[in-house]
Amino acid sequence: MCICNEILILEPGRAEKNYWNDLWRYRELFIILAWRDISVRYKQTIIGVLWAILRPLLTMLVFTVIFGRVAKLPSDGNAPYALMVFAAMLPWSLFSTSLGEASNSLIGNSNLISKVYFPRLIIPTATVMTAFVDFFISFIILLGMMAYYRFLPGWNLLLLPLFIILALLASLGPGLWITALNVKYRDFRYVIPFVVQFGLYVSPVGFSSNVIPEKWRLLYSLNPMVGVIDGFRWCILGGESPIYWPGFALSIVIVTFFLWLGISSFRKMEKSFADLI
Amino acid sequence: MSDTVIKAENLGKKYIIGHRAENVRYVALRDVLMQNARTLWNKTKDLAKGKPIIQGDTLEEVWALKDASFEIHQGDIVGIIGRNGAGKSTLLKILSRITEPSAGRATIKGRVASLLEVGTGFHPELTGRENIYLKGAILGMTRAEIRRKFDEIVAFAEVEQYLHTPVKRYSSGMYVRLAFAVSAHLEPEILLVDEVLAVGDEEFQKKCLNKMEDVSKGGRTVLFVSHNMLAIKTLCTRCIVLDKGKAIFMGDVSSAVDTYLSNKVDIPGEIVWNEPSKASGNHLVRLKAARVISGGKVTGYPSVNEDIEIQFDYWNFEENVRRFVAVQIDNSMNSIILTTSNLKVRSIAYDPWVNKPYPVGLFRSTCIIPKYLLNVGIHHISLFINGEMVSDNIIIQRNVLSFDVQEDLELRKEYSGAWIGAVRPILAWKTEQLK
Repeated sequence: MCICNEILILEPGRAEKNYWNDLWRYRELFIILAWRDISVRYKQTIIGVLWAILRPLLTMLVFTVIFGRVAKLPSDGNAPYALMVFAAMLPWSLFSTSLGEASNSLIGNSNLISKVYFPRLIIPTATVMTAFVDFFISFIILLGMMAYYRFLPGWNLLLLPLFIILALLASLGPGLWITALNVKYRDFRYVIPFVVQFGLYVSPVGFSSNVIPEKWRLLYSLNPMVGVIDGFRWCILGGESPIYWPGFALSIVIVTFFLWLGISSFRKMEKSFADLI
Repeated sequence: MSDTVIKAENLGKKYIIGHRAENVRYVALRDVLMQNARTLWNKTKDLAKGKPIIQGDTLEEVWALKDASFEIHQGDIVGIIGRNGAGKSTLLKILSRITEPSAGRATIKGRVASLLEVGTGFHPELTGRENIYLKGAILGMTRAEIRRKFDEIVAFAEVEQYLHTPVKRYSSGMYVRLAFAVSAHLEPEILLVDEVLAVGDEEFQKKCLNKMEDVSKGGRTVLFVSHNMLAIKTLCTRCIVLDKGKAIFMGDVSSAVDTYLSNKVDIPGEIVWNEPSKASGNHLVRLKAARVISGGKVTGYPSVNEDIEIQFDYWNFEENVRRFVAVQIDNSMNSIILTTSNLKVRSIAYDPWVNKPYPVGLFRSTCIIPKYLLNVGIHHISLFINGEMVSDNIIIQRNVLSFDVQEDLELRKEYSGAWIGAVRPILAWKTEQLK
């Protein structure tokens, strides 16, 4: 009668071995959770979409005025300052939204975690997808701006998806780490707004990373978002914004390190989530 | 046996309980830092004063489930019963993989799914239709599977007209029906049910019970956790009794229910002070023992359909004085249910020792509470022994014993559980037609 001959063995430490297999088997849940988060996000408020348009536009405006007009910082090559800022706003808001969403994700889904089994990694990774929708909206604005400035992108633009993934991975690492810590120490969530706000100023969003003196440039690239933002600008502005390769390589190393830290500490803490939450 | 679907071998789950965090719902980093700083400060202080350093946090290991071994066969509806904290939910949690066992091993053949609490996995902003897909996925169904059963689910829940309405606008009845409908159409080989049937109207409960029976008729297995012995008796084919994390019985339902009801481990029914120094009292009177007797035996679990005798033994050390005894019964809400004493005007039968001077010696007083008076549930006994003046309390022993009045399952099939009210007397009724 039992059609399904699948045998499941539960014992201490067992879940560890089939982890990645399990993650694949639960891919449908991943898709549905991501879809739920996205659809709830844009259902709850009509302003949702409007907000996704206004926020990056206004920030871009302020940065362009302050850094470009008041402080008179140079743009990359001949690229319009506003366009250069907006090219950085894209990865930055992708990073900050997905970091914020990911780090609150476990607490937000506590009733699921305490009631149903699935690989917990699905929750933060699915919420990261919501940041994608905002990103998409911003990207359309970018295309509009390029049309306005009559700026023609080069072949580099085709490589943009690679950098989008890099931005997501950059946020996923710390996001996983913080969301896991958040389960045990609930006040960890207050770290995120600080990181995001602080990060906005230490990352080259409102200015070009070319204004950083050459000798500090490698050190500056310890901030993984420097590499990501430079990559975005390189894709969008093309030859106007050459990439600083040693720094970019360092950023990738840092992103990988945080991702490794995030995943390994998440998995270590994952087993106790249902007991703590 | 080949049709064993769940085999548990010495399954155990250990929790570490820190004693400092007792009343805190969650740990805040701030608290941990403060705690550590305080501990460090105290240690330094102690060190400076030359005191030995005491280890900070006291951690206690608690086995919520221990050495549970059993086998469950295909097609069984297995009831899991036990008192609160016996490990029932922990067992379900392990079997549904929410938490990993700390010891032992369970082998499960087939897909396991839990009938979740109503609303788990639902999102209020999403429509009925969307929520069916969401909950289905959470329960482990594939989209193709949900699509196949979609119409059936909608028909079962009777929400056809509201499929495109956000569930936050549903009535609670509709909400419950939809939530259950999705779970019910999941076709796992093993279904775990944790007392969700407590909600919903009667009609709907019937539907749920029928569904559970259907599930098992289809060759699937059901594990059902409940405190409702009546539901267990009508539904289940086998039973596991858990007590303090151990499976103390596995077998047929009526023996299991008996084991559960007569399991006196939690409430002793008797307390004896062998060492007089530890007993309540003084140089005049001292308690020796107190017990609850029901159905001719000492028990902490008297049945509503038996008289409950409250009996206590005490030494009198003073020659030629009168003693009066009284009993107070409180319920679990700490409301006083009754007070009674052996004063002549307050008792039915004349107590031969009342108003009579006591010699030195050991005495036993018994108060009989008639059956069908106390309500179902926990009650606490306080004892009073008074001297010559009735108001002169020599001994007041608060909450000396507790007992848990049990529902009579045979006689009251139509209703199970506590009646509304502090007591549940069976009274005379008469209706007349006047016109």
